[in-house]
Amino acid sequence: MATTTLQKKKPISPMHSTIGLKLMMAVSGLFFVLYVLLHMYGNLKILSGRAAFDEYAHHLRILGEPMLPYGGALWIFRILLLLALVAHVYSAFTLWKGAGEARSHKYAVRSAAAATVSSRWMRWGGVALLAFVVFHLFQFTWLQINVGGEFSSPAARVVAAFGVWWLTLIYVVALIALAMHLRHGVWSACQTLGYTSTARARRTANAAGIVLAVVVAGGFLIPPLGILFGAIK
Amino acid sequence: MTDTTTYPDTAAPSTGPDSDSGSVSGLVHGVYREGEPLFDSKAPAGPIDKKWNERKFAAKLVNPANRRKLDVIIVGTGLAGGAAAATLGEAGYNVKSFCYQDSPRRAHSIAAQGGINAAKNYKEDGDSVFRLFYDTVKGGDYRSRETNVYRLAEVSANIIDQCVAQGVPFAREYGGLLDNRSFGGVQVSRTFYARGQTGQQLLIGAYQALERQVGAGTVQMFARHEMVELIVVDGRARGIIARDMVTGEIETHMADAVVLASGGYGNVFFLSTNAMGCNVTATWRAYRKGAYFANPCYTQIHPTCIPVHGDKQSKLTLMSESLRNDGRIWVPKRKEDCDKDPRQIPEEDRDYYLERIYPGFGNLVPRDIASRQAKNMCDEGRGVGPEVEGQGRRGVYLDFADAIGRMGEDAVRTKYGNLFDMYQRITGENPYEVPMRIYPAVHYTMGGLWVDYDLQSTIPGLFVAGEANFSDHGANRLGASALMQGLSDGYFVLPNTIRDYLASGPYPKVAPDHPAVVEAQESVRSRIDTFLSCQGTRSVDSFHKELGQIMWEYCGMERTEEGLKYAIEQIRALKAEFWTNVRVLGTNDQLNQSLEKAGRVADFIELGELMCIDALHRRESCGGHFRAESQTEDGEALRHDDDFAYVAAWAFDGDDEAPILHKEDLVYEFIELKQRSYK
Amino acid sequence: MRIKVRIWRQDGPAAQGKLVDYDLDDISEDMSFLEMLDVLNEDLNERGVEPVAFDSDCREGICGMCGLVINGRPHGNTGGRDGEANTTTCQLHMRSFADGETITIEPWRADAFPVIRDLVVDRTAFDRIIAAGGFISANTGSAPEAHAVPVEKKRADRAFDVATCIGCGACVAACPNASGMLFVGAKITHLAELPQGQPERWTRVQAMVAEHDADGFGGCTNIGECSAACPKDIPLDVISTLNKDLRRSMLH
Repeated sequence: MATTTLQKKKPISPMHSTIGLKLMMAVSGLFFVLYVLLHMYGNLKILSGRAAFDEYAHHLRILGEPMLPYGGALWIFRILLLLALVAHVYSAFTLWKGAGEARSHKYAVRSAAAATVSSRWMRWGGVALLAFVVFHLFQFTWLQINVGGEFSSPAARVVAAFGVWWLTLIYVVALIALAMHLRHGVWSACQTLGYTSTARARRTANAAGIVLAVVVAGGFLIPPLGILFGAIK
Repeated sequence: MTDTTTYPDTAAPSTGPDSDSGSVSGLVHGVYREGEPLFDSKAPAGPIDKKWNERKFAAKLVNPANRRKLDVIIVGTGLAGGAAAATLGEAGYNVKSFCYQDSPRRAHSIAAQGGINAAKNYKEDGDSVFRLFYDTVKGGDYRSRETNVYRLAEVSANIIDQCVAQGVPFAREYGGLLDNRSFGGVQVSRTFYARGQTGQQLLIGAYQALERQVGAGTVQMFARHEMVELIVVDGRARGIIARDMVTGEIETHMADAVVLASGGYGNVFFLSTNAMGCNVTATWRAYRKGAYFANPCYTQIHPTCIPVHGDKQSKLTLMSESLRNDGRIWVPKRKEDCDKDPRQIPEEDRDYYLERIYPGFGNLVPRDIASRQAKNMCDEGRGVGPEVEGQGRRGVYLDFADAIGRMGEDAVRTKYGNLFDMYQRITGENPYEVPMRIYPAVHYTMGGLWVDYDLQSTIPGLFVAGEANFSDHGANRLGASALMQGLSDGYFVLPNTIRDYLASGPYPKVAPDHPAVVEAQESVRSRIDTFLSCQGTRSVDSFHKELGQIMWEYCGMERTEEGLKYAIEQIRALKAEFWTNVRVLGTNDQLNQSLEKAGRVADFIELGELMCIDALHRRESCGGHFRAESQTEDGEALRHDDDFAYVAAWAFDGDDEAPILHKEDLVYEFIELKQRSYK
Repeated sequence: MRIKVRIWRQDGPAAQGKLVDYDLDDISEDMSFLEMLDVLNEDLNERGVEPVAFDSDCREGICGMCGLVINGRPHGNTGGRDGEANTTTCQLHMRSFADGETITIEPWRADAFPVIRDLVVDRTAFDRIIAAGGFISANTGSAPEAHAVPVEKKRADRAFDVATCIGCGACVAACPNASGMLFVGAKITHLAELPQGQPERWTRVQAMVAEHDADGFGGCTNIGECSAACPKDIPLDVISTLNKDLRRSMLH
């Protein structure tokens, strides 16, 4: 008892270590950041009118033609997103499970000293975002949930849907969750990738998280709120 | 100077120790006997700078293939023990390392602040091995052994090389080279440091080297294990009994050699700057098995500690002595002013007693004088701070008002900010506004088990390193020399000398039912049973506190024949009460901190008596030992080289028997003896 | 002052534990927190109740032996955010508490640090992490002259700053994931900043991280509670350096 003789265990390879998992999460997460920025740019096309929005949606499908078939570029992107999602969710749940096992007996009294609200909501917030993504796909990709009626024009579909207040509310809540996820996630990815080895770099990474969270949430919220309040028709 | 200590009436000499054994002949002072003189036979003759090389060459070698068949037990994982375990592990011996803490990294070497001396002469300021040797012998008040001290100075440079290679982050200059500072009033800059945490960084270096060997399988680590007995078979140290502090199991560990690196015994005073767990048990058990204990009365008392705040205090904290460079020490002239706000006491009612008594040196008098005078002021009833039950107020002011007025608060903050913060955290008082209170505290013990040049005790196969031995500091240790000695012993000296002993091994296997082993196990068990079954009324701590008060009062900064005799009597009475009235709850089969303390305090009580006997017999003042009867007219320590230039090595002669004094004469071939002077 | 302490009592590693309340009437605010527990233990001993087991050694904030979670904070730290300097349990004083306050005291909670008794936990996992690679292999006697390799002052200073880790485990106790990455990062950064640490740099980080994970600590999610609880203010930077070194090690 109580000796420190080294136990020879099966070594864990760096990629399968907790840091390896975090790397997986950081890289996939940064890919998502890139994606949401592009997505946001597309959404904002609605400010230029319904035609511009529909043209953008159509262009996404003919991107790369004739080298790629119709919708080819989009599918490549979707496959990459799917892989990133698997990596992100797998690493998240593995670390979550490990954390639970690392403290099976909880504290009776707990008082956080430094944790941000965002960091504390990463896991459940992530689950909520996952649920939202599924909902979102059913609505705008697979066209299975039709709020406000069925339309062949993507723009018409969007405008009709966000005219319904409770749907807009769902999106507002989801985007707040996304903002919080980004606020901690961006900082965390920088830390995991090892770009924050000075106090200054740490402040910069934290600021980047906040800026990105505000920009993304704000950018995504302009169309639905604009539609709901009648600014976008 | 007047002796202001008072003695209760019960101290009448007629009931003193003399009369108990008055009929027995050969007793000196009624408390000890004198035995044969002692010699160190290991240091080679010849020039002092050749001795160590010659000894290393003469020491037998051990075939690398045989090393893993040789078991070495090392008790303690501080600088000496940790470094020795790592080095012997690297050499391929089979090492078992023990510490009472939960990890070897906790050893109290970690708390050393100032730095480590080494004769590198990087500053080209006239330093050399010989100068470091000379300073150490002189600082030790000419009561250390020349050969050992020279070797210490000689290997000091290697220590720095070794530590840098391990990654110890010493302070550096902008050119990337190591920085040095001067320390403890020495005129050369030879102290290497890592901010105020040099001990920590050196210990972590040794700890990492040790853990590396644990990983490599050459060292087996036993943390939360306390050595409770030494096993001596056919006159040789062959193992230890250790108690697993988690399970209570009494374990027997056998080996070809045993190394004790278990630190000092300052906690005999209860309050000291030592860690809570520091204890004398390992070396005391060895003493009882035949190892001689040398110079136990040499203790170092540091003048600038944060004073005791109440009778529940557990520990004293040291502040750097540099505070005395700018602070002025005073107490009120009148007793009635002692509980007043110091800022309300006008200048004419303050007694800047060091400036008054020593106009030449003022507040910068040496440690022992500053300490002793603070005690005198408090004994006169002019101490300040909270009243401590039975002791009055124990503190004097260290005032920075003048310094702040002269230099400005910012300059003081730059120079002493971290110390002021520490003071404020502990006392809750702001030293920029209210004068600091300070009081002396026990800091280091120079005495320890007697060892020869090979660091081998009088029991063959039992080696002693670091603060646990007596060898290098004489009657007083210089600043930044404790770390040097620990690492010198651990990395460079012991690994070279122990091989001479191990080369004759492996020693014959000892059967588990060998009478010596069984006797050791049984004595440990019966001791534990006695503690647990005593069911008395007093806690272990209450005995420890009482012992501490006796020691501090009569065997502390100033000692007198009368006081020491009284203390011996008190300690004997305390010992008798301890064994009949201690209350230890719980069982032996799990973590039981009261039980651990009981064993330690039992040994401290016995040690306390021996310290008083040693202090009583040494009728001179030297270094950390001040006898009121032996001082100059100015109140300075007065050595008697004709009578006392020897190491007092004490041998145990049985529980109710007087200890036997063996003298090792100190011969100074290379350094001339001088009386120290501060005028 | 009068206080009530609610202390985790657990008779042994396998025993069930529970929080037990004790009242203390005569506590001086000049006492350290651990001296308050000493007083409680003297009182319990008097009453025939076994004293509370807790670890402490140097009681001057450097050995790392003490460590209690006080009102939900390791070492009772107020945390960097509250603007007060961090400290160890032994340097905490009773004047930080209010008269009549109830103070909850729990051990470090992490499966990698199993409870031995009451408030005492087993932290040998930290030793195993160091044994796995937290060192520079330099056998005694093999060292070159100390001035053979100059070290840039900035790097030497950073190495020192992070080498001040006392291995108390507050980072693990504070971490919502019970991760030991601040401890690992501090050692990795200390040795990686020095030229002497370069030869083993990549094997060291892999070995230490593997041992950390195998010992049952959780993974880091960059929340920052560890650094806020650290009595030596080891910054989160060291985890970034650790992450970077592990990533780079995979390419070596």
